[in-house]
Amino acid sequence: MTKKKTIGEWLFENKVMLIFAFLSIGGTMASGQSVAFVVNELMTRIARNAFTILSLLIPVLAGMGLNFGIVIGAIATQIALFLTTHWRIAGITGILATAALATPLAVFFGFLVGKLFNKMKGNEMIGGLVLGYFADGLYQLLFLFIFGGVIAINDPKLMIATGIGVKNTIDLTETTKYALDTVPLLSVIEIAFYVVIAATILSALFKLAQKQTVDWKRTGGILIGAVVVYALTFIPAVERFLAQDRMLLLNAVEIACAATVLWQLWKIVYAKSIRKQAGFDVKRPLVYIALAVLVYASTYLQAVYDVLVYTRLPMTTYLCILALCCMNSALLKTRLGQNMRAVGQSRAVANAAGINVDRTRIIAMIFSTVLASWGQLIYLQNIGTFSTYGAHTQVGQYAIASLLVGGASVQKATNKQAILGVILFHTLFIVAPLAGKELLGNAMIGEYFRVFVSFGVIALALAMHAWKKVAKPALASGEKDAKKA
Amino acid sequence: MGEKLKSTVAKVGLPRIIIVAFFISLWFAAAGLGLDLVQLFSDCLKRWGMFGVLVLAMVPAVQCGIGLNFGITMGIVGGLLGGLVVVEFKLSAIPSIVAVSPLLAQWVGILIAIAIGIVLATGIGWLYGLLLNRVKGSEMTVTTYVGFSIIAFMNIMWTVLPFKSGVLIYPNAGEGLRNTISLADDYSGVVSNTLAIHPEGSSLNIPTGLILFVLFVCLLVWLFMRSKTGIAMSAAGANPQFAKASGINVNKMRLIGTTLSTVLAAVGILLYAQGFGFIQLYNGPMMMGFNCVAAVLIGGATPKRARISHVLVGTFLFQGLLVIALPVANQIIPEGNLSEVMRMIIANGIILYALVQNKGGDSRD
Repeated sequence: MTKKKTIGEWLFENKVMLIFAFLSIGGTMASGQSVAFVVNELMTRIARNAFTILSLLIPVLAGMGLNFGIVIGAIATQIALFLTTHWRIAGITGILATAALATPLAVFFGFLVGKLFNKMKGNEMIGGLVLGYFADGLYQLLFLFIFGGVIAINDPKLMIATGIGVKNTIDLTETTKYALDTVPLLSVIEIAFYVVIAATILSALFKLAQKQTVDWKRTGGILIGAVVVYALTFIPAVERFLAQDRMLLLNAVEIACAATVLWQLWKIVYAKSIRKQAGFDVKRPLVYIALAVLVYASTYLQAVYDVLVYTRLPMTTYLCILALCCMNSALLKTRLGQNMRAVGQSRAVANAAGINVDRTRIIAMIFSTVLASWGQLIYLQNIGTFSTYGAHTQVGQYAIASLLVGGASVQKATNKQAILGVILFHTLFIVAPLAGKELLGNAMIGEYFRVFVSFGVIALALAMHAWKKVAKPALASGEKDAKKA
Repeated sequence: MGEKLKSTVAKVGLPRIIIVAFFISLWFAAAGLGLDLVQLFSDCLKRWGMFGVLVLAMVPAVQCGIGLNFGITMGIVGGLLGGLVVVEFKLSAIPSIVAVSPLLAQWVGILIAIAIGIVLATGIGWLYGLLLNRVKGSEMTVTTYVGFSIIAFMNIMWTVLPFKSGVLIYPNAGEGLRNTISLADDYSGVVSNTLAIHPEGSSLNIPTGLILFVLFVCLLVWLFMRSKTGIAMSAAGANPQFAKASGINVNKMRLIGTTLSTVLAAVGILLYAQGFGFIQLYNGPMMMGFNCVAAVLIGGATPKRARISHVLVGTFLFQGLLVIALPVANQIIPEGNLSEVMRMIIANGIILYALVQNKGGDSRD
């Protein structure tokens, strides 16, 4: 951190990201589509995919590499979603019921995957990939033959005419389509309010019963804060704003700018007057504030404004993504997160430090699988039709490619890289076929190109990773090989 | 006795025992269902021959130390290009040779295709080997994705390459090469039908030519493995440090093994195409690597050791299983492709098993 990087180094380190930025911008220009269209599509795709991509971060932290096994999380959701669709549970109830059903399944699957990965340490990535195909086979067995063949399911809408096997596509229009996207923020705040109040009071009572000291100041603070936030929603203007299920991108940008400014100001105040840190660098927050102001100013440009008022965001979905980002960073501050990091850096050292390596790895896999299953739920409810035998197959590949495009590697991946990756990768996905059609007169070339890119970027990242690994500890591992033989 | 049984099971591997038992029980099921066993056996032999050389490509790869080569698609695209060139220029029907014997002309065609495939695959394999020498320890992950990437890259190429023949490209001024190209007018079945034993009135059909060809290639590889270079290569794969100490250039040996594997894949896909009667482009050969890896593993290979006998046994078991499962499954459950589902479960299951057994193999902390 102390050493300043030269521009050349920076360019080299971020080459994949830069190439993609170049391709995305070039592709957008070549596609002949308006920026508003691309941004609108992109925002939809971010809402759909970001959650799944963020579910990849924990295994990377735990040193298990890119988790190709998230396919299994997706499978858990699809089994659950099939059942809830069969029972015709609609709306947000359907989403919650699906999640309630998928989560235990995903926990169980994640546990098994973790167990398996512990038996093939160092080969997790290829193992995960093969495991994905293997699980796909079992999934097809379940959906093609066991549903209807062994377990009688009488549902002409979902089953093929003979009654054995599920149809190729399942329409969610009447059940869970947009069920999460259309939840107004108001309801979320309302529920969160009751949950926070109940949790705070219960925790205080629990502590009293256990005769522990209760931090009354903190408890009171939380309660008052919750009441204030809830009270704010009764202001008509705020209420009207929150009661919508979609937010204008313009408003989102404004809120993000305001939040950034406030947060950075708080950081400065906190460091300068409360903590009185001597070596605090004021420049960084100031740069962020300046950037936020600049972004806000740019919304007054007509061209930018037009784009921003064209796009509407599903607020609750974005809230879920934001919450997962927060959880990923909060995890690092917990003991579990630190254990994972230690295991990720060196299993031998972690083991010597008394960390149960295998257990930590299994927990990481459970987390990742459960999050991936929720991610798939978000994806499917937004798509609205669920391709029974295809929806899960590409999950791992596209999520991993997106993460890598954002500049992540096999060993290090952050929220920022995930978000940047989903933006760049999906921009390319939107514009590649269009650009192919415009430039070469053939949409298929663009289509093939984007598939090639998604494979190619993974191949490149894996090769770079392996290359680095060989270049550094060539001697050490060589010695070990000799001993083994 | 119990101990002995346990150690045998551990040695052979439980999945392999299950697969063999399944294979045998499928034969009984087929007999019970009144299926034509002779024809099924003929199909088994045909598929065995079609996949033989492709699976054989695993042997030099495993022996030279790069492990299971999921990336044989690198060689496959070379072979496919060779096959396409022959169709484009009608090299399997050169008039002066057809006048002598049509079969000979077809043979000339497929041999030219194989020659082009070998030349291309040598180049590709060499570059591929250079890459793999830099990613020691993670070859399997890298080969898989490099293999996928080349397929995706060739998808673009199949669309833009300037082939002209009406057999090859989509009709009505469509773009690019067809997905499936019929070889009926070219070299379809040329190797399989040579010397084929096909008695009148019987469903028996032994593709003698194909079997002999596969065995001939196996013999060549066997001879190579017994040669000085082959032994050095096996040594480099089994114990790189020791090999290095004995004055063997490990990287060069790996390069030779990878190239040989890629070349065999190119030859193998052409044998496959002529037996199948079609060339499959685009995503057709995508999972070929996985099937070949699974076959050699079923035969008893490990990521560290593979012999030609593993190839012959494994291909017969795996492909035979698929051949026979299809009609049996169709008798029991007419809908859906149970055979394909079974292929996915068996192929990927055996690979997972091998990875678990291989623990510590290349898990470098």
